[in-house]
Amino acid sequence: MSYITKSPWVIHYDGSSCNGCDIEVLACLTPLYDLERFGIVNTGNPKHADVFLITGGINEQSRAVVKNTYDQMPDPKVVVAVGICAATGGVFRECYNIMGGVNEVIPVDVYVPGCAARPESIIDGVVRALGILEEKRAKMAENGGDKK
Amino acid sequence: MIVQKHTIIEIPVTELLKKTEEYHAKGHRLVQIGCTPLGDRYEINYTFTTSYDFESLRLTVHDDDIIPSISDTYWGAFIYENELHDLFGFTVTGMNVDFKGHLFETSVPTPFKNMPSVTIVPKGGDKK
Amino acid sequence: MSNRIVVPFGPQHPVLPEPIHLDLVLEDERVVEAIPTIGYIHRGLEKLVEKRDFKDYVLIAERICGICSFTHSVTYCNAIEQIMGIEVPPRAQFIRTIWMEYSRMHSHLLWLGLTADAMGFENLFMNAWRLREEILDDMEATTGGRVIQGSSKVGGIRLDIPDEKLGEMVDHLKAIRPRLEESNRIFTHDQTVRHRMRGLGVLTKEEAWDLGAVGPVARGSGCDMDVRSSGYSAYGELGFKPITLPHGDCLDRCLVRSQEVLAAVDLVERAVAKMPDGPIEEKVKGNPDGECFAFTEQPRGECMHYVKANGTKNLVRHRVRTPTLTNIPPLVKMLAGIELADVPVVVLTIDPCIGCAER
Repeated sequence: MSYITKSPWVIHYDGSSCNGCDIEVLACLTPLYDLERFGIVNTGNPKHADVFLITGGINEQSRAVVKNTYDQMPDPKVVVAVGICAATGGVFRECYNIMGGVNEVIPVDVYVPGCAARPESIIDGVVRALGILEEKRAKMAENGGDKK
Repeated sequence: MIVQKHTIIEIPVTELLKKTEEYHAKGHRLVQIGCTPLGDRYEINYTFTTSYDFESLRLTVHDDDIIPSISDTYWGAFIYENELHDLFGFTVTGMNVDFKGHLFETSVPTPFKNMPSVTIVPKGGDKK
Repeated sequence: MSNRIVVPFGPQHPVLPEPIHLDLVLEDERVVEAIPTIGYIHRGLEKLVEKRDFKDYVLIAERICGICSFTHSVTYCNAIEQIMGIEVPPRAQFIRTIWMEYSRMHSHLLWLGLTADAMGFENLFMNAWRLREEILDDMEATTGGRVIQGSSKVGGIRLDIPDEKLGEMVDHLKAIRPRLEESNRIFTHDQTVRHRMRGLGVLTKEEAWDLGAVGPVARGSGCDMDVRSSGYSAYGELGFKPITLPHGDCLDRCLVRSQEVLAAVDLVERAVAKMPDGPIEEKVKGNPDGECFAFTEQPRGECMHYVKANGTKNLVRHRVRTPTLTNIPPLVKMLAGIELADVPVVVLTIDPCIGCAER
């Protein structure tokens, strides 16, 4: 597991999921799984967030919201695509209104498998994302705080 | 197995408003409005009930037909009527809340609209 | 002198796990009008019937929503079974009923937690979700899935629950019942909860009926309306009684759900006591030809699946009318006249399930 110097904050958005992954994301924050013990807090404000958890495929109406939320997050940031729909569109891939996975709109760092993704795998995905976040932070520090 | 009773009454579009007012006066609630595309025509079901036995008024309509809104009688009907407009491409006149096509924004406009199943053959037959 | 301003609410909003957008027209702090916009999760899955076999489609019907998942698959199966005249064996009907009541318990506990969270009552939120995990444990042990079960199929169910497991489930429910009762007591008597919800967002019985409210929204306004009374699946044999409360405010809608959790425990106990032996599925031959409207009572209210088939393996049309869609007009009525700070709680009391509503 990566060494975390700060408490990463998480923002969650539902692209066009069936809800299954969303409630599992929420379940991660409640007593049995308790993501908060890692110092992870769920926030509603994209400007506070380091990790973007996104569930479900992307549809016509949500693409702008997803893009906008991502752009508002400060660097460094990581994106975790939760569930099979967020990876490829899943069972809804052939629906007329689904454009595909999250990577159609924004770059994804970690894919969490499952339909619905289990809380254990979501936590695993977030923890892996923290490693990537740490790398990105180190790279930014090398460049004197710039992204590139 | 319990079979839920469902009576379907076919009516022309012109009688829709009169019939819905009758149901409203009898104390029925509006269960749903649903549309079925059937190739060359559409069926629209207006379902009402007072208990667990359901009754549906069925309209048979075609592309570009104009459907009067029943939202004067049933205030909540707007949600279904906007759906008719957004997904099937019907014009519903007199809706109390009109989203003007923004209730469901889809990548394909009116995805449930029938594809024209009859190709129009030009005069003199299909020359190939 | 007051000015009217429009405040957008959502789609990405801390209190909502799902995106719904409301344009709130405010006069100072008071909401004058609310205009909802949905469509953020519209997938268009009804059209997939053209590409999928009607038997495989059960799995897609289940994924209309990840919370009412099992009830969606049963409703769809009921519709197909009624068209094809398939007599589902009694044991399958009873086990379906048990799983449907488990999903009701988990859905209502989830909702009670979210509502507590919206009120800023974190302790109650965590408590409700801890209870929910216990329900999910049994759900997972019997079906293999926590929120998406995939255990219903046309003609019956995929998996049987062994009798000893049924006994264990009842024992487990007996063990957590005092905690469920305690949670119910908090929602009924706690001053914070009462202060936030009593008299808020009132919907009279007449309005509820006229606007087409269903489920706990209608029952919290005194309408005796619960499709389970019609006796589908095994409900006819379990002596089902709907729970109704008279005030039509947020608190009553909340208490209907809180009491239904306990009622669901009773229903599961009775179903296990009366559990018949026998096969769990009926062979399905041929393709459906005909149409059917199937109604069931989901945690959120009455749900309708309309299926039209023409004798081929692909259906002509599958239409779902979910409880949230029909509860949106009552929500718009409830929001008018309340204060801005109360909007999250009132929106939550219809238990919005946007995944369902937009399909």
